Amino acid sequence: MTSGVLNLVLKRLGIAAVTLLIVLFAVFFATSMLPGDTASILLGQAATPEAVAGLREAMHLNDPAILRFLLWLLGLLHGDLGTSYANEMPVAALIGGRLVNTMKLAGITTLLSVPLALTLGITAAMLRGSVYDRTVTILSIGVISVPEFMVATLAVLLFAVYLKWLPALSSVNEAHSLTDLVRIYAMPVITLTFVISAQMIRMTRAAVIETLSTPYVEMALLKGASRSRMVLRHALPNALGPIVNAVALSLSYLVGGVIIVETIFNYPGIAKLMVDAVATRDLPLIQSCAMIFCLGYLFLITAADVVAIMSNPRLR
Amino acid sequence: MSNLVEVRNLRIEAKTDSGRLVEIIKGVSLDIADGEIVALIGESGSGKTTVALSLMGYARPGCRITSGEINVGGKNMATLSEKERARLRGTDIAYVPQSAAASFNPSSTIMEQVIEVTRIHKLMPPEQARQRAVELFRALSLPDPEGIGTRYPHQVSGGQLQRLSAAMALISDPKLVIFDEPTTALDVTTQIDVLKAFKSVMRAGGVAGVYVSHDLAVVAQIADRIVVLKGGEVQETGTTAAILSAAQHPYTRELLAAFEPKPRQAHADADAATKQLLRIDNVTAGYGPVRDDGLPLIRAVDSVSLVVEKGRNLGVIGESGCGKSTLARVIAGIHPAATGDIVFDGKDLQRAARKRSQDQLREMQIVFQYADTALNPAKPVEDIISRPLAFYHRLDRQARAKRVDELLDMVRLPRGLRYRHPSELSGGQKQRVNFARALAANPKLIICDEITSALDTVVASAVIELLKELQRELGLSYIFISHDLSVVEAICDEIMVMYNGERVEQITPDKLTAPTHPYSKLLFSSVPKLDPTWLDGLVRDPELVSQYGHR
Repeated sequence: MTSGVLNLVLKRLGIAAVTLLIVLFAVFFATSMLPGDTASILLGQAATPEAVAGLREAMHLNDPAILRFLLWLLGLLHGDLGTSYANEMPVAALIGGRLVNTMKLAGITTLLSVPLALTLGITAAMLRGSVYDRTVTILSIGVISVPEFMVATLAVLLFAVYLKWLPALSSVNEAHSLTDLVRIYAMPVITLTFVISAQMIRMTRAAVIETLSTPYVEMALLKGASRSRMVLRHALPNALGPIVNAVALSLSYLVGGVIIVETIFNYPGIAKLMVDAVATRDLPLIQSCAMIFCLGYLFLITAADVVAIMSNPRLR
Repeated sequence: MSNLVEVRNLRIEAKTDSGRLVEIIKGVSLDIADGEIVALIGESGSGKTTVALSLMGYARPGCRITSGEINVGGKNMATLSEKERARLRGTDIAYVPQSAAASFNPSSTIMEQVIEVTRIHKLMPPEQARQRAVELFRALSLPDPEGIGTRYPHQVSGGQLQRLSAAMALISDPKLVIFDEPTTALDVTTQIDVLKAFKSVMRAGGVAGVYVSHDLAVVAQIADRIVVLKGGEVQETGTTAAILSAAQHPYTRELLAAFEPKPRQAHADADAATKQLLRIDNVTAGYGPVRDDGLPLIRAVDSVSLVVEKGRNLGVIGESGCGKSTLARVIAGIHPAATGDIVFDGKDLQRAARKRSQDQLREMQIVFQYADTALNPAKPVEDIISRPLAFYHRLDRQARAKRVDELLDMVRLPRGLRYRHPSELSGGQKQRVNFARALAANPKLIICDEITSALDTVVASAVIELLKELQRELGLSYIFISHDLSVVEAICDEIMVMYNGERVEQITPDKLTAPTHPYSKLLFSSVPKLDPTWLDGLVRDPELVSQYGHR
C-alpha cells in the first residue's frame, strides 16, 4: 500500500459521502412526487377520511416532508436508520436479515460466475477466431439479449414444473440441510449468473485480445514462451485493470438490481424489501435501502480501482 | 552445410484488410556465416523486418510463409512444428526489438524479463541466470548493473531499455541475434552508446547477427555484409565496404546519394539588406500549474530568442524532449507563451493564436510531423487543400478547383490524386499534401516540425529538394525543426541548437565542423558517418558525455 492508493481511497470516501447525500435527496424528491400517502395505503380504499386524518396525525405525517427527511438525516448521523412507517419496526431490524440474504445470494453468485466468466473470456481470447470462441461469443451475446425474467421463468418451467427437480420458490427459512440449500439457491444463482457473466466474458475477452497484440507479448512469443505463458504471465496482468472494472460493474448489479429475480423466486432479499417499501411510501425504509445500494456500488468501484492501481507498477 | 543461416527462395504472403492475398516477400535468398553480422537495409515496406522475423519461423498475424527454405543451424524453420520452433526461439535465435520501451512488459521487473528465457527453456537455475544477467548489464555498460534489474521498465530510459533488451537476447548464448531497427527510436547521442555496446558484446561472443535498419550510416558501423531489399526482393548483396564504395544497383546508389552533402546555392539576395520576418525575444513557455512569478512549473522553452530573415531558413535541432516542438507551437500560438515577445513582419503578435488576426494566421503556417494524423482521414485530398482556400481567401468553387490543381503541381503530385483519401496515399505523398495545405494559405513563413522524420531517407531527401524549389519560386521562409542534423544542414541558413529548453548555440552550416558550445560538439560528433571505421575511431570527451549524454 502506498500513498497513491491511500489518497485514492480517502478521495473516494469524500466522493462517496457527497454522492450519498445527492442520492438521498433525489430519492426523497422522487418519493415525495408519488401520488398517495402511507396512511391511506395502510388503511386501504374503504377507510373513512377521518380515520386517515387520524392516522396521519398519529404518524406525524402532517409535518412538512422535508422536515421529516432532515430529521431522518440527523438520526442517520447517530447511526439510527429510523422507524418504518408501515409497521413501526426499526428500519435496521427490517433490513438486517434481508441484507444478509441478499449478500448470501450475491456471494454464491460471485463465487460461481466470476471464475466461470474469466475462464471463458480468457480461453475465448486465446483461441480467438476458433469455433470455441465463436460459440462463447454467440452464447454470451444471446444471454445479454434475453431479459432475466425470461431466463428465470424458463428455468422455473423447466426445472420446477416439468422436471420437478427444484422448488419454484426459494424460501431460505426452510433450508435444513446442504441439499436443501443447493436446491433453494440453484435457480436464482443460475439466473443471476446468466445475467452478469455475459458482460464479464465480453470485457475479459476484449481486454485480453487487446494486450495479446502488444509488442511485449510478441516479444514473449519470440522468447519461445508457450501460449499459456504469454496469456497468463504477459497479457493478463496488463489486462487486469479493465477486467476488474467490468467485474465490479457486473457485481454491483447483484446488490440493487436483483429485484426481478428476488420477486420471481420469492426470495426475501433487500431489493424486494425496497420495492415493498415504495408501495407503502415508507420513506425511511426506501432511503435506507437506497443508501445501501449506493454504498455497495461505490465500494465495488473503489475496490476495482485499487486492484487496478496495485496491478500497475506505473501507478503503484 | 557451411553457413549458419541459409535462406533459399523465401516467399511470404500477407492478407490485406480487404482480404486480398499479396506476396510481400518474393523469393529472397541469403546466407549468414558463423559470427557474421549481416544488415538488411531498405525503406519501410521493403520486407526487411518480415525476412528477419522469418528466421525465427515467425510471421506476424495476417502473414504466412508460403514456400522456401529457412535453414538455421541445420534446421528448416519453415517446416518445423510450432512447438519445435518455440524450443529454438530465445535459445538458438534471439530477437532485439525495434522499440524496447514497448517490448518490455510494463507490469513485471526487468530482471524477471531478462532471465525469462532461461526459465522457459530451463537453461540454468534462476540464481545463476541473475548473475549472468548482471555480467551482461556490465558488459553493455549499463549504470548500476547490480540494481537495475529490480526496476520496472518505466523507471529506466529508452537507451537503457534498448541495451537491456540486448541483454535479454544474449542471456542464453544464442547462435544468432536479430536486431530490428534497435536504435531508430533513440537520439543520436544515445545511439552511439547503444551501438558501441552492441558491437563489443557481439564481437566478444562471436555471435552471428542480422541487423535490420534503414540507416546506411548506422549499418556501416556494425555490419560485415549488407543486403539491400526493396519491394520484397533482394536488390544487391555485398560486403559493407563494397556496397559503400561500389554499389551496383541504382536503388543502392539512390540510398547512398541521400547521404551526400547537397550543393547549397547561395541566396541571390545574400548580400542585399535582409529584412527581419520573425523575431522572438526571451520567450518562455511550459506545462503544469502556473506559479507565482507567472511561469509554468515545467519550462519546456526557457528564455529563447531567435530571428528569421525574409527568404532565409532557420533550423532548430536538439534531442527529443529539448523543447523544439514546444517552440514551434509557441511561435504558431497553439501553445501560448508565458512571457516574451513575438514580432512578425514588423508587428507585435498576440501570444495566443485565437487572438491573432486572420491575416496574421494566414501568413504563418505550421506543418506537423505525422501527416497521418494531421490529415482528416474522412476527406479527399481536394477538400483538405480547399479548406484554407475557402477560409482565408474566400475563393468560390471553380477558383478553388483551379488552385488545388496548381498546388498539386507545385508539390509534384499528379492532379488525379485530388479524389483520393489520405489512406490511399504513400507516406511521402501524404507529407506533400500536408505541405500543399500550408502553401494554400499563401504564407510568408512555414514552420516544419520534423516533417521528414517519418519518411524514408530517399523520400525525405526528395521532400527537402521540393521545399528548396518552392522557396526559390515563392520567396518563403522556413523554420525547420528536426533531430536530424543532415536534414537541417541541407536546407537551413542558420542552425540553432537547443538543449533542455534553452538555446545553446546558433551556427551557420559552413561552421558545423567547429561548434563552440560543448553540447553542440557532442551532438554533431555523434551523427554517424558512412565510413565503417567511424565508430571505432570515435573518441568522445568522457566529461561531455557524462554531462549531456544522460539519457
